[in-house]
Amino acid sequence: MSTADRHSRARDASLAGDAVAVRPPPDAQPRPLLEAEHLVVYFPVKAGLLINRTVAEVHAVDDVSFQLMEGETVGIVGESGCGKTTLARALIRLLEPTAGTIRFRGRDISHANRRELRPVRRQMQMVFQDPQGSLNPRKRAIQIVGAPMRMQGTPRNEIERQVRELLERVGLNPEHVNRFPHEFSGGQRQRIGVARALAVEPTLILLDEPVSALDVSIQAQVINLLDDLQDGFGLSYVFVAHDLSVVRHVSDRIAVMYLGKLVEISPGEELYIKPIHPYTQALLAAIPIPDPKENRARQRPVVKGEPPNPISPPSACRFHPRCPYATEICRTVEPPLSEYANGHLAACHHPLNLTAGQIAAARRSALSPRTAGDELPVASRAPSGGADASGASN
Amino acid sequence: MSERLLEVESLQVSFVTDEGTVQAVDEVSFALGSGEVLAIVGESGCGKSVTAMTLMGLTRLPNARCSGSAKLRGEELLTAPERRMREIRGGEIAMIFQDPMSALNPVQRVGDQIVEQIRAHEEIAKGPALARAIAAMDRVGIPRAAERARAFPHEFSGGMRQRVMIAMALSSSPSLLIADEPTTALDVTIQAQILHEIGRLRAETNAGVILVTHDLGVVADIADRIVVMYAGRIVEQGSLDELFYDPQHPYTWGLLGSIARVDRERPPRLPTIAGQPPSLVSPPRGCHFRPRCPHEFARCTEVPPLESRLAEAPEHRDRCWLSPQEKRAKRVVDGQIGLAGGTTVVA
Repeated sequence: MSTADRHSRARDASLAGDAVAVRPPPDAQPRPLLEAEHLVVYFPVKAGLLINRTVAEVHAVDDVSFQLMEGETVGIVGESGCGKTTLARALIRLLEPTAGTIRFRGRDISHANRRELRPVRRQMQMVFQDPQGSLNPRKRAIQIVGAPMRMQGTPRNEIERQVRELLERVGLNPEHVNRFPHEFSGGQRQRIGVARALAVEPTLILLDEPVSALDVSIQAQVINLLDDLQDGFGLSYVFVAHDLSVVRHVSDRIAVMYLGKLVEISPGEELYIKPIHPYTQALLAAIPIPDPKENRARQRPVVKGEPPNPISPPSACRFHPRCPYATEICRTVEPPLSEYANGHLAACHHPLNLTAGQIAAARRSALSPRTAGDELPVASRAPSGGADASGASN
Repeated sequence: MSERLLEVESLQVSFVTDEGTVQAVDEVSFALGSGEVLAIVGESGCGKSVTAMTLMGLTRLPNARCSGSAKLRGEELLTAPERRMREIRGGEIAMIFQDPMSALNPVQRVGDQIVEQIRAHEEIAKGPALARAIAAMDRVGIPRAAERARAFPHEFSGGMRQRVMIAMALSSSPSLLIADEPTTALDVTIQAQILHEIGRLRAETNAGVILVTHDLGVVADIADRIVVMYAGRIVEQGSLDELFYDPQHPYTWGLLGSIARVDRERPPRLPTIAGQPPSLVSPPRGCHFRPRCPHEFARCTEVPPLESRLAEAPEHRDRCWLSPQEKRAKRVVDGQIGLAGGTTVVA
């Protein structure tokens, strides 16, 4: 608890000098911590030996708008190559966006240079997928976790005290400060990665597939730890994963990406009960259920094919070539993000699990891409099965 | 069980390392019939991959010690001469690995790689071998197989690469297919496709399949029988339904309990198994799971034998001293199967 106190005190102190960031009073409406507006990240595909021409562009993130509130956790999920990691990295400015705006606490950081980013960086930290690859094998735990503190000029004896405290906080034995990464197991190494991210008292941690490399029983331990730390330190998380069952336990909201576009943003639990976008439904259906009898009884619409090439994505709705409900409109008009009850957004002309009334009440969300059409879904287009769904839960 | 294809008896594999002798596989016995899918389940380091690799003769290293027996249709694999093993490997037993990118040669066209595999086991001209390679690629669902045979591995997606691996494995009609975490590196949608493919080919060719995995969801999808391994030993084995609905070993309860299920309401906290698997250099005395087990008692310092403790299910064996009645009472946590005391982080 002392660590938590220290963190919040230090954070408030550091913010006092910062003109932009004023912490809201506790009862106020949560304010966006991080905002992206029409964010675009393209990677050039080069060819040629002497003259390096750009012959094509990979549309990694294509006009994505998104908000992360203070203290909130947003999960970003999608198949490999859908742009989720690129989006997350652009959000914390590890990448410079091709177009669009990123705001951290209201300040535009889209094209800020290194020096301007320095104070912001301290508030945004990252935990990587492979704990083996992201820790220097020749450095001891104390050097790894203490490095960010050293950069801030924390005195040496103070660093050791704080590192011990952090190790204990993430469930490691503080006596192990002098161990090397290879002396820890995979789950323990990931805890070191988490401790390092906490070392500079950040407000936001980007977790890029933080448990994918771990065994199931260890995954659960790390997820529970992240949950505890969030409560203790008042952190916001952006949690990137390819696995819908993993993000569920930490996320307040979940964003589903497909080929560079956001196709659905949902309050956490609702996504699992009433997915609106056919792609989300397909992702959920593909997860095997660890119960043989239910598994045998379950209808599993296996999505055909693979995600198309993001160099030349399909027209309009990018999911239409694989979608079982696709019709002519899906090929010609890009669906806008429609807002349904509970702030549940989906970009689909044929939404699932909604009543006619809910479809009629949908509004075009301001987060819709610029290229999206104005056509809102109509009840007559909803696939059968969607109409008999009862009202959205809570 | 149909025809007995593979019989493994008291298999022991250890490796001599600088830190000491690692007992990677300890007294492992199981059998597999034709057309059957046997899943070996466990966490990293439990010996599941070493078991699979030993069957292929891939653990014949200077520092490895191996004893026991593994018979494929009565033929001993552990002591077979290396020349015979080369015929068996890729012939009677084929293997699919976790990471298809590192299992394929990056500078050779995939068609040629399959041809090489076919010609290593049969006297056949290149032309007909290529035709067979293309047919195999077609069979595992690679579109435009004739054209794609000329492509290099980097031109394939992860799922397609794994299909190439399966095509290669099947090209010599093996009677036993070993799949070591075949879908771990793939997206769920592609995983579903690949599992479907393995299931279909098993039915078509009547090959026996050993599926090595840590994912009980995958197991529930295609396995007939399950072997659960922990720290080098089998702790429980039985049919799919026996293991899922009447699990006997506390480690199995923990595994079943710690799966995050998307089709159920979300629990406030994810159940975990406290602690970590032991070091195989100096494993705990008696039951290896003892230090992590909340139900431990005095007798657990003796190694429990792997035997059936249920009169109604003689094929369902486990390594736990608790009586079946005690197990039934202790495995229910919050109305579901789980390991009690799934602890939180040390604070």
